[in-house]
Amino acid sequence: MLQNEIAISVQGLKKSYKNIPVLTGVDFQVKAGSIFALLGSNGAGKTTIVKILTTLLKQDEGSAFVNNFDIASNPGNVRQSISLTGQFAAVDEVLTGRENLVMIAKLRHLSNPHQVADDLLKRLGLTDAADRRASTYSGGMRRRLDIAMSLVGKPQLIFLDEPTTGLDPEARIEVWKIVKELAGNGTTVFLTTQYLEEAEQLADRIAIVHKGRIIVSGTLAELKKLFPPAKVEYIEKQPTLEEIFLAIIGKKEEN
Amino acid sequence: METIKNYFFRDMGVMLGRSMRHILRSMDTIITVTITPIAMMLLFVYVFGGAIQTDMDNYVNYLLPGILLIAIATGISYTAYRLFIDMQQGILERFHSMPIARSTVLWGHVLTSLVSNAISVVVIILVALIMGFRSSADILSWVAVAGILALFTLALTWIAVIAGLSAKSVDGASAFSYPIIFLPFISSAFVPTESMPAPVRAFAENQPVTSIVETIRALLSNQPVGNEIWVALAWCIGIMLVAYIFAMRAYKKRG
Repeated sequence: MLQNEIAISVQGLKKSYKNIPVLTGVDFQVKAGSIFALLGSNGAGKTTIVKILTTLLKQDEGSAFVNNFDIASNPGNVRQSISLTGQFAAVDEVLTGRENLVMIAKLRHLSNPHQVADDLLKRLGLTDAADRRASTYSGGMRRRLDIAMSLVGKPQLIFLDEPTTGLDPEARIEVWKIVKELAGNGTTVFLTTQYLEEAEQLADRIAIVHKGRIIVSGTLAELKKLFPPAKVEYIEKQPTLEEIFLAIIGKKEEN
Repeated sequence: METIKNYFFRDMGVMLGRSMRHILRSMDTIITVTITPIAMMLLFVYVFGGAIQTDMDNYVNYLLPGILLIAIATGISYTAYRLFIDMQQGILERFHSMPIARSTVLWGHVLTSLVSNAISVVVIILVALIMGFRSSADILSWVAVAGILALFTLALTWIAVIAGLSAKSVDGASAFSYPIIFLPFISSAFVPTESMPAPVRAFAENQPVTSIVETIRALLSNQPVGNEIWVALAWCIGIMLVAYIFAMRAYKKRG
């Protein structure tokens, strides 16, 4: 895949639920093979953007192309080329880890579903738990299974909607490792998070969404430049992304 | 999407396999849908039966059609339950973001309902045979009985789909089935309607269960079915079509 290719391109996306505007004009682009993080607090519109891009919801206005397919006119091709790991681990709790993976592999019409399942179980460290029901898994294992299900069929683009929410720090670091590996293999990762550290750790580019709008986007270095000039203090320290985030939102609030 | 259409039945098979596993792994489901109707049959035949006067000397023969309808009405409440859980766990979103026809998910549940109810009906008939049920029906009559039970199952299943899709809680998802389970009691399923007070009798004789029970009873005892079969078919098909339209509407609204 070409490094400069655009995986997601969004223009003027708007969406309201019953007259309550959720997205008020969202624009951004994601380069193929990169990790893109959408950062924002609860209710900012992150999940709505993910749902529209994964064809679960229809936008009211604006357009979006995912892997060069128009989400409005070509949702079938979009679905073929992506996979979604939603906010809540979407695993079948009654089935075992292996059965979950085999099921998804069959639905993706792969020729060797059992082999695919074995490989992914090994890759995500679930081989020992493969034949236990997913309901017995810990939060971290469930999330890993969830991500494994999204990797079935090697989609070019993976959406991870708050992949580490509710996970303990150790499980969180495991997920980060998986995400980095994915991007290393050329998969585009679109990630939403409310954890600033997560975006800082993983993302090539970060977009901050606030009240239904992208208020700023760029690399971490670019975002740091936007920070207001350092005040004279006894101890000078580098701003963390958290401070950048809060400062930018605060400024918008005043306007 | 030509490819998606080609895979429709294969995908539905995967969905069927999935929910059949859910049923086989849930003792609760098996007990409620087969053991409870069997217990009720034992109770009515060996406890109440002696005091009930019907025009048949074999009360098991009289009772069986009603018991089968109760078993089906209980069975479909689990369809609503399973659909509701799918939505809760987010697995529905995963399926919807995959390159499969969205209706396969729903048809998978409907097919599961047909198959699982057919299994419990067969089990109950086998127990009835042990308890002295005898039928002089020929193959064609048995096929007609199977057909009417399948239509009844489908009609109730589509109602269950509406309940499962629109419920706000797990309890709500299955509560709708209680009045349906109760309907056979206010029909000719257990006692002849002649013994009931006039208003109750009027209700009993004009509700769907009575015509269905009478038709199945006539078919199994090799009696002429008369007009009852057309009334029964009209009820089943009418309810099925209306419920199907509303279920599909609720499903589209869900995304």
